[in-house]
Amino acid sequence: MATETTAAAEGHVSPLALEEAGKCVDSHGGAIGMPQLCGDWMGNQIFWLVVTLIVIYFVLSRIALPRIAAVLAERQGTITNDLAAAEDLKVKAVEAEEAYNKALADARAEAQNIVAATKAEIKGEIDDAIAKADAEISAKAAEGEAKIAEIRAGAMEAVKTVAKDTAKEIVAAMGGKADAKTVTAAITARMKG
Amino acid sequence: MATDTHGAEGKGLELVFHPMDQFIVKPLFGDGGVGTFTITNVTLWMALTVLAIVALLVLGTSGRSTVPSRVQSIAELAYGFIRKMVEDVAGKDALPYFPYIMTLFIFIVFSNFLGLLPGAFTTTSHIAVTAVMAMAVFLAVTILGFVKNGFGFLSVFWISSAPLPLRPILALIEVISYFVRPVSHSIRLAGNMMAGHAVIKVFAAFAPMVLISTGIGLLVTPLSIIAITAIYALEVLVAFIQAYVFTILTCVYLKDALHPHH
Repeated sequence: MATETTAAAEGHVSPLALEEAGKCVDSHGGAIGMPQLCGDWMGNQIFWLVVTLIVIYFVLSRIALPRIAAVLAERQGTITNDLAAAEDLKVKAVEAEEAYNKALADARAEAQNIVAATKAEIKGEIDDAIAKADAEISAKAAEGEAKIAEIRAGAMEAVKTVAKDTAKEIVAAMGGKADAKTVTAAITARMKG
Repeated sequence: MATDTHGAEGKGLELVFHPMDQFIVKPLFGDGGVGTFTITNVTLWMALTVLAIVALLVLGTSGRSTVPSRVQSIAELAYGFIRKMVEDVAGKDALPYFPYIMTLFIFIVFSNFLGLLPGAFTTTSHIAVTAVMAMAVFLAVTILGFVKNGFGFLSVFWISSAPLPLRPILALIEVISYFVRPVSHSIRLAGNMMAGHAVIKVFAAFAPMVLISTGIGLLVTPLSIIAITAIYALEVLVAFIQAYVFTILTCVYLKDALHPHH
């Protein structure tokens, strides 16, 4: 009841009058005008603000900011290192590929050498064999020709003998006397023709 | 509680508008007056701000992991955001002042967001708080300008790119705007925070309309709840943007002090 009567009593006092009297709250604890403009509270707010800002500044500059900076720098370092390592590995991979290609080319060249050498060897052998065979063949041919010539000579001889004998017989049968020398000469002359 | 008796004048069947009561500074313990060193709700919410900052920037980064946790990512993001802002706006030689700017930003952004909690006291909605920060920035930047450049700092008012006859007039305008800086710097932040919170409170006062008059209430109550939600979303945006604006303006002023020549 007491509060209500004071409220009623103060209800007649205008808020502006209270504000002019330097009051920030009415008897109920409600705000008069803007509490922001209440000079009584400013000292308190400024004091605690300064305390707060100093505390935050020291927390930041002593602990938080150096730590975050260190973490970021470390991360940057890790990334840089990893990139460098990746670059190294890439170079190594390229080198390995080159080595592999070189080995492959070497092996191929060697194989070709071996093939060529083998081919040459085989060719030489074949040439040798062919030459040998040719020589053998020509030898055999010469032998055959010699034999043929011998046989031919034999045959000529036989033909001559038969012709002489036949001519003598014919001459004898015709009642002449066959002169051996003349007959032989005649037959030789004929056979040449 | 004082506020209870306050709203009971008409025995609960009237709308009660006290949008500014949320800005009242009061002692946490006892009912005495508010002296300079009294522990008040200001103390409480600033302490919570400090705790939240410690939780994010100190506890959150305690893992120091190369692959960061979620909290550590946010801390690193905040660090990178402000560091880049200082570097981009004020230049590389402003980086020694990065911890001070980071202190301001992180305090404002946490105060703004903590102030959005229902029932919270928003320390940055008070001109006393923002004016101290704005004056600190103004004085620091002015002193720094003179220390770094001597009287060459005065060339910040002499726009050498403007035509010569215009320069004295521009210099006058520049001087005025230079001294208005701390005013606009502080009122922008405090005004934004206060206005949004007060508007939410006004809509909140309309919300119980349905208890008084069902007819109008069926229309007014849902509307005011939607309005509270919308303004709250806007306030979340404003909470960040105003911290950002305060910080980037600080960087701009710092740039003027370090490089006064236009």
